[in-house]
Amino acid sequence: MKRILVTLKRVVDYNVRIRVKPDGSGVATDGVKLSINPFDEIAVEEALRIRERGQADEVVVATIGPRDCQQQLRTALALGANRALHVVTDETLEPLYVARLLHELVKREEPLLVVLGKQAIDDDNGQTGQMLAALWQRPQATYASKLEIGDTSARVTREVDAGLEIIDVDLPAVVTTDLRLNQPRYVKLPDILKAKSKPLVALTPAELGVALKPMLRVVKVEPPPQRQKGVMVKDAAELVAALKTKGLL
Amino acid sequence: MTNVLVVAEHDGRTVSSATARTVRCAAAIPNAEIAVVAFAANGAALADQIATLEGVRRVLLVDNALHAHPLAALIAPQLAEIATGCSHVLAPATTFGKDLLPQVAALLGTVQVSDIMAIETATRFRRPIYAGNAVATVEVAALPLVGTVRIASFQPAAAGASHAPVEHVTPTASLPTHTRFVSQTVAAGDRPDLQSARRVVSGGRGLGSAENFKRIDELAALLGAAVGASRAAVDSGFAPNELQVGQTGKIIAPELYIAVGISGAIQHLTGIKDARTIVAINKDAEAPIFEVADIGLVGDLFAILPELNERLAEVLR
Repeated sequence: MKRILVTLKRVVDYNVRIRVKPDGSGVATDGVKLSINPFDEIAVEEALRIRERGQADEVVVATIGPRDCQQQLRTALALGANRALHVVTDETLEPLYVARLLHELVKREEPLLVVLGKQAIDDDNGQTGQMLAALWQRPQATYASKLEIGDTSARVTREVDAGLEIIDVDLPAVVTTDLRLNQPRYVKLPDILKAKSKPLVALTPAELGVALKPMLRVVKVEPPPQRQKGVMVKDAAELVAALKTKGLL
Repeated sequence: MTNVLVVAEHDGRTVSSATARTVRCAAAIPNAEIAVVAFAANGAALADQIATLEGVRRVLLVDNALHAHPLAALIAPQLAEIATGCSHVLAPATTFGKDLLPQVAALLGTVQVSDIMAIETATRFRRPIYAGNAVATVEVAALPLVGTVRIASFQPAAAGASHAPVEHVTPTASLPTHTRFVSQTVAAGDRPDLQSARRVVSGGRGLGSAENFKRIDELAALLGAAVGASRAAVDSGFAPNELQVGQTGKIIAPELYIAVGISGAIQHLTGIKDARTIVAINKDAEAPIFEVADIGLVGDLFAILPELNERLAEVLR
């Protein structure tokens, strides 16, 4: 069975303008729209396309989080994933623990490919995929904008600071997605109903044998410093004059 | 004493400005004793360059032909070995450092702090979250820690007259062959590097086509500026991916940032928040870019740019 494991994280929706709680304890999430992390949607889409090309038999989606994250797994099942794994915990997990839990899932599922988003848009850590690759001792291809699967290896185009880099990785491997890998499909209403009967298995960190000992404490969360309101100019001549006044030319 | 190890980013010949900025960040850690490690192929000249950076006490050179193209799979096990006994392992939060360091954290079984923007104590840091719409202060329970450094938040360490000793290091870690470099396409061009440029001119969706995007190049050439782009411009194929500025692109801090035809999505604004002066040119007076702009100009960019170029040419002549 050629299997692809895709991970997803529930985050505050991309379009929400977030609000820092007045007591500095974090960002308000009550009553805020929550969605699949956009990079993880791209990961789901890529896995589905690989299966649709006949290069994989099964797409398994996994998440780690509170019980109601099931909703995001159901969305992924409606998009076309075959089955789902849910590691249920109310703790906010650090990336290393997420990677350790995923490593346990990988040992059980033995996937050909693990596809993750390159970062979650809430904590912007960008660590989990690389940590999983290190723990699993398998290749990683981060920031993928193109993925070609061969028999025993994959060719991945990566978006790096200097431009585009192409690497070959032996399978199984870990891939993290960048924005331009694909354009995710939309979920169709009948598929949402069908997804309700697809298998979804709940697990706990304890069952997976991973102890969670926090290494990092969030002391406070603040809004960023605001920039001073600027001036409006009416044409190019005024703009050049304003730049000159500021000593920028 | 606090042993800080900085991982150098370089192109084989020159150490990056991002590395010099990471050294400056390392120097802000109380009682830091800074060593810089370079994984390079024929890196002697490179190591000498690093040795002159202010604050560097030792340079560790891991010379190996396999390091001609940096692959995290090869470097991480060696770096984890060299990092034994260090309190902090730092690298710039560029695609090089972001690709590499989480592997090292996992191999060391320790915590990573991503995108450090300020050092408060040896264990307490500030970092942006939610695309820079919030700033978190975090405290690690124990050292060692691994950290990537938000380079826009730090000035580069200067090259001084002193020369730190260079040691050759040969780690014993076995190197995997499961990951192989194939090729890299680097944009040709003589524009300054986007991440270290003092002036940047960026274009957005408002340019309308790759052909029109050349007007950004013209303005940049006049100012000696680097060229940037919004995600919309890159997604539409007006500009290559390496020019993208924002949460998932490059975070920059130039003295002058000129945004042309960019509406200013929050993901873009996070990439330019540290610019000294932001200029926005956009036809939509309600565009969010004007909320952060120091100088705003509402109008048709196709009418404004030719006149702006003309007037700038006069002033700069």
